[in-house]
Amino acid sequence: MTDFPESEPEHTTPGAFSRRRLLGVAGVGAIAAVGVGAIDVARRADKDLQNPPVTVVADASFHGEHQAGIITPAQDRLHFAAFDITTDSRAELIALLKAWTDAAVEMTEGVPVGGDETPLPYDSPPADSGEALGLPASKLTLTFGFGPTMFEKDGKDRFDLLSKKPKALRELPHFASDNLDPAKSNGDLCIQACADDPQVAVHAIRNLARIGFGTVAMRWAQLGFGRTSSTSTAQSTPRNLLGFKDGTANLKSEHGADIKEFVWVQPGVDPAADWLAHGSFLVCRRINMQIEPWDRTSLREQENLIGRDRAHGAPLSGGKEFTEPNFTIAGTDGPLIGLDAHIRLAHPDFNNGTKMLRRGYNFTDGSDALGRLDAGLFFIAYVSDPDTHYIPMQSKLSAKDGLMEYLEHTGSGIFAVPPGIAKGEYVGQSLFT
Amino acid sequence: MRFRSIAAACAAAALPLSLSACSLTQSNNTDDASGGGPITVSSTDSACDVSSTTTPSGNLVFQVKNSGTKVTEFYLYGADGLRIVGEIENIGPGLTRPLVVSAGPGKYFTACKPGMIGQGIRAAFTVTNSGKSTVIKGVTKASINRATAQYAAYVKDQSNQLLDATRAFVTAYESGDQAKARELYPLGRQHYERIEPVAESFGDLDPKLDLREADVEAGAKWTGWHRVEKDLWPPATGYHVLNAAGRAKVGGQLLTDTIDLDKRVQTTKYSVDQIGNGSKGLLDEVATSKITGEEDIWSHTDLYDFQANIDGARVAYEDLKPLLDVKDKALSSQIGERFTTLQTLLNKYKVGDTGFVFYDKVTEAQRKELSDAVNALSEPLAQMTGAITL
Repeated sequence: MTDFPESEPEHTTPGAFSRRRLLGVAGVGAIAAVGVGAIDVARRADKDLQNPPVTVVADASFHGEHQAGIITPAQDRLHFAAFDITTDSRAELIALLKAWTDAAVEMTEGVPVGGDETPLPYDSPPADSGEALGLPASKLTLTFGFGPTMFEKDGKDRFDLLSKKPKALRELPHFASDNLDPAKSNGDLCIQACADDPQVAVHAIRNLARIGFGTVAMRWAQLGFGRTSSTSTAQSTPRNLLGFKDGTANLKSEHGADIKEFVWVQPGVDPAADWLAHGSFLVCRRINMQIEPWDRTSLREQENLIGRDRAHGAPLSGGKEFTEPNFTIAGTDGPLIGLDAHIRLAHPDFNNGTKMLRRGYNFTDGSDALGRLDAGLFFIAYVSDPDTHYIPMQSKLSAKDGLMEYLEHTGSGIFAVPPGIAKGEYVGQSLFT
Repeated sequence: MRFRSIAAACAAAALPLSLSACSLTQSNNTDDASGGGPITVSSTDSACDVSSTTTPSGNLVFQVKNSGTKVTEFYLYGADGLRIVGEIENIGPGLTRPLVVSAGPGKYFTACKPGMIGQGIRAAFTVTNSGKSTVIKGVTKASINRATAQYAAYVKDQSNQLLDATRAFVTAYESGDQAKARELYPLGRQHYERIEPVAESFGDLDPKLDLREADVEAGAKWTGWHRVEKDLWPPATGYHVLNAAGRAKVGGQLLTDTIDLDKRVQTTKYSVDQIGNGSKGLLDEVATSKITGEEDIWSHTDLYDFQANIDGARVAYEDLKPLLDVKDKALSSQIGERFTTLQTLLNKYKVGDTGFVFYDKVTEAQRKELSDAVNALSEPLAQMTGAITL
């Protein structure tokens, strides 16, 4: 990884048809940047509107020290997919990762899969499925992860990778009240596609799945229709389906030192798995909400369970949304922020200072057989060490959080997210070399 | 879904002397609302600014903002400066909370209590005669006391029956009489399920007595009814049935915890809001676990629990009905009708006098029909507490 270009300028070519170039004509392009710099995209886009650029590129570069889609400002939509590897061939697996890398670079730049080839061969199916033609790249990011079962399955080494399996990459333990559906859990590989346009995110997963046929098979997938986290201080705090602001205290890309400690795996911490340095661990949980009972709960109870007021997101101890909660300030009947309030149990003060970068999405998969909304939060967190940053906190929340009365975890997954790549490399290359 | 008290604003609700703090005995009919509009109150550490010192009689709405640095409270006192007409507590700095109170013409005092101590920063407040009556007939302190006493008696009676039933059940189970124990299991549980919100309010007891296997944390001990259930209806594979010593341990623990529960309910008192929220909580239990068949996954006796939850919710409603009839007659009638509809539907699954068909024999379409009836009842039932205590 030696080549981390600050930007990838390209001149617009009037008349040539590509999503990237349409973007340029519209004047909403932004300068791609790497790593932390990528967070500037949204603000620069505003500036660009006032001073239309002569050169444009895609929204977020696929290349960099870290994969995009982690500290990138959370886009509005998600399509997350987990795959099972169906081949036994290491060479085929590597070939797939190369093909996925090529396609990912194209799609994140707003180019159809297979490039801007015109005319298309008339007697073959088009390489790109086509539904994103004419749409901007919509800040698409594609983030790849490797599950524990890619390294070892049923006690057997796979693809000669067992010796490089990260120590912390193990299936999550059974937490209290878990009701996991195996058909919505785990997987050998995962891809997180995030974009501001759901059609762009779905297009990306659809085309990557298609490229994978014969090497991988889709295991499960999840659509998320609205972000529930901010990963940049430039973003406003969105609301989850409980109606409350979510992620007020989230780690943000601007928190450089914390991001380094809590998100990125540092070199040398797990020597056998040093390929993961500058990568991260992705934990996902499909958390169903008991929507109907929640809606019948008094506002008083709702606010006490969360520990914040619903209107503004201020902690019940007072102040405004971003006022630090005061957990000792007492009311007439115990602390104003109750002992089983969600924000107390999840706060770094009560979790050895642990912080998480969350990147979750609201989801609904229609209604269930009983006519209840099948909806909730598709929780995604990026942590540098699940054993200290996620598992202890979730153990506590599952057992003690008053909110658990209204929640049910129905899906789960953990994946090692390899570091970013330089141009010419393929995703996960550090693992295979 | 817990049996929480709305202590934050109505901490005094359980104490008969201050019931007016929750306007239990006053009308909440919006037709009686004052023409004065909301009165804003700004409570700082040293001042209590009330936007108006006079307002027409009816329902008064105070929007109390804590503009200070300490937790504050706001009170409306009667002319004697002692009687609490309305209060709102636990307002954190920067937050705003509403106080709705029904007040007739007369002299009052407003008071902010930054730091929640002392007499507060008081000011005279006058309610003029708007010509609208705020006095309602039918809800008295005596009728409130009657409702709460009836419910407390019901809980004690069910707890007593639970203890007897548990003794008989544990005896059959420990002796290895599987057939008898299977017969007694769903019937004994019903007494528990009728008063489950009370057991939940003790925090530690409900997990000991009624935790489902899926709810058990990795490495934690699993006890209670469902532990025995699994042993009585053991899965075909991957499970070893307990021997006599194992049964004695599990059964003995169940009985010990039930005795503990019975001891605790003897002295427990209930406020109107607790009874109302408990009723709603029982319907939530039905909606989230019974209707899906997740409660009794080994025995499939979910409909017994279903019936018991409905029983407990209905008794709570009937105890509060004299109050609700006065405060919101239409809501009360709707709840009553929907209880009847749901019970009629549930009766279709009865076997004999006390039995029910096993839930794995209930089709998806039938479950949906039951679920719809539960939802239809839950919505108005969830309004009951607010309607009575506003």
